[in-house]
Amino acid sequence: MIAGIIFILLVSAGVVMFTINVKKVSRNINLGKDLDRKDQAQVRWKTMARVALGQSKMVSRPAAAILHIFVYVGFVIINIEVIDMFVDGIFGTHRFLSFTGGLYSFLIASFEILGFLVTFGCAAFLIRRNILRLKRFTSNDLNGWPRTDANAILISEILIMSAFFVMNAADASLFKMGSHHYTVSFANPVSQFIMPLFAGMNEGSLIFIERFSWWFHIVGIIGFLNYLPYSKHFHILLAFPNVYYSNLNKPGQFTNLESVSNEVKAMLDPSFTPPPADPDKPMRFGAKDVKDLSWKQLLDAYTCTECGRCTSSCPANITGKLLSPRKIMMSTRDRLTEVGKNIDLNGEFKDDGKALLGNYITAEELWACTSCNACVQECPVNIDPLSIITDMRRFLVMEESAAPAALNGMFSNIENNGAPWQFGQADRLNWSKE
Amino acid sequence: MEVLNVPTMAEYAAKGETPEILFWVGCAGSFDDRAKKVTRALVKILNHANVKFAVLGTEESCTGDPAKRAGNEFLFQMQAMSNIAVLNGYEVKKIVTGCPHCFNTLKNEYPSLGGNYEVMHHTQLLQDLLNTGRIKIEGGSFKGKKITFHDPCYLGRGNDVYEAPREVMLNLEAELEEMKRSKAKGLCCGAGGAQMFKEAEKGNKEINVERVEEALALNPDVIAVGCPFCNTMITDGVKHFNKEQTVKVLDVAELIAQAKGL
Repeated sequence: MIAGIIFILLVSAGVVMFTINVKKVSRNINLGKDLDRKDQAQVRWKTMARVALGQSKMVSRPAAAILHIFVYVGFVIINIEVIDMFVDGIFGTHRFLSFTGGLYSFLIASFEILGFLVTFGCAAFLIRRNILRLKRFTSNDLNGWPRTDANAILISEILIMSAFFVMNAADASLFKMGSHHYTVSFANPVSQFIMPLFAGMNEGSLIFIERFSWWFHIVGIIGFLNYLPYSKHFHILLAFPNVYYSNLNKPGQFTNLESVSNEVKAMLDPSFTPPPADPDKPMRFGAKDVKDLSWKQLLDAYTCTECGRCTSSCPANITGKLLSPRKIMMSTRDRLTEVGKNIDLNGEFKDDGKALLGNYITAEELWACTSCNACVQECPVNIDPLSIITDMRRFLVMEESAAPAALNGMFSNIENNGAPWQFGQADRLNWSKE
Repeated sequence: MEVLNVPTMAEYAAKGETPEILFWVGCAGSFDDRAKKVTRALVKILNHANVKFAVLGTEESCTGDPAKRAGNEFLFQMQAMSNIAVLNGYEVKKIVTGCPHCFNTLKNEYPSLGGNYEVMHHTQLLQDLLNTGRIKIEGGSFKGKKITFHDPCYLGRGNDVYEAPREVMLNLEAELEEMKRSKAKGLCCGAGGAQMFKEAEKGNKEINVERVEEALALNPDVIAVGCPFCNTMITDGVKHFNKEQTVKVLDVAELIAQAKGL
């Protein structure tokens, strides 16, 4: 009875806290500019099914893809067990779902096998990060908190799974012993190997171990859920909407800024009247801070799980330049989180004298990009770092006139003679006579 | 050098005729010495296949691509809107470009500004001419030679065109070998995003050197390209390794023209 109340309070607190944090993230994302991504619903659902649910872009790196599928499938399916634990937690039943008989035994056996694969996957991921030290996990982008975050996630998952195995092993031992409350028999292909450790233990100790593991598992899950909004691991939820709202145009196509179109039309055609400007939204060309980006670009930032496939395929990064597309996404999220905290504190955003451009992302990074789209191609959840780079270049060029001198030369050539080099337009057909 | 038959849109309009297709030469194709050879090769193929084409000549101007990638949206749209006025004035329907950057910009970024055309990259047109039998190649000078193709970013990843250049080259009866980083995983030559027009940022290697190193590991006779900027970057990379005597850098159009002895 008391356990039931504690359980309900704990779960409620967990759900309330999670909801509050998700709302904050959602508010932060909505600080971004409008962008219509509601068209072509059918294509979007299909893309989501293929890329997010079906993990289609993961397979280009097979080792990571297989390990990830273990953890992903395991995580999704084992969560059915949470139903069992919730009903037991509230009503004090024991393994509520066991009324399904043979199916229950099959389910638990499946969970154990999947749980083993999850544990194996997480252990392999830890080894890749900390012992094999794969380049994309050791680069400077991840110094400090991001590296800790990654290890914390993997260790938590291993601990939560271990609790599940220990719980089952203790439970099965108690069943074998004929303990009063433990009346459900189930197949336990993995946890049976833990059972010998419990040989000779008395009933009380076993019940303690079983209860401790049960609470550890469920508290672990609730804790983990609440950790997500602070962590790169948020991708397990955001991957789905993020892929749904993917850019469906060809990656080579950059957006045409409408604000610019109006100005250019007015210049070329004196009779053109541009639509009246919205006084609430001061016009700015390109992006200086997170609020100048679109909500999708901000959703991208929260979705990024820092796997670094983008950076490891970036020609600029490969050749030692400062640019790292992963860092572009991480900086965007860091700045957005900072802006969010500022709003929490002051009720509305109070100028802190900082901006994404300058304080988080430098011009040198932006000017190293070849706009080759490798980062966009590589991202397993359709994040688009290139669009952020482009928008920030636009700010540098159009608001600050801060392009590298050589590019300014190229601009004036195009303006004056219609080519990026100093050749006259009148000579454009000379090649046919040479 | 022989004078090529290169009719202009203005000449066609004066006769009251319309060509089958507009050949958008591009700035590199018009002014860059290396790229001009590709332009001439393509024109020879078009003439050989009796394609009724025309160029804009002195009415052509930069599509605005390098300005757009560099962030100068004003300049891009100025270029785009004045080009669209010219193209629409001639009621252009179909365009072939000699450059993936022009191709991408005309195809994807002009429509919402009022310019709607069917746009092809020259490797797609070559594929079409070969498929319909308007050009035929039997063997030729590249038979048995090893060729590796460097995917242009704005043709491949940018627009999902991977097969056209490869299918065209199949006609050469050459040995086509892929680099490890090819197609969707292709490595940029280093020129995109307006890098062509500036010094590279500080790093420990040039991107074209990284790319050419990968290509040379295959010991190719030819590194094939489909973009004037890639051509420059890859050629420079080959020179960096002092391999210009043994490894040729050729555009797909040049391969076809040379195989046909044009």
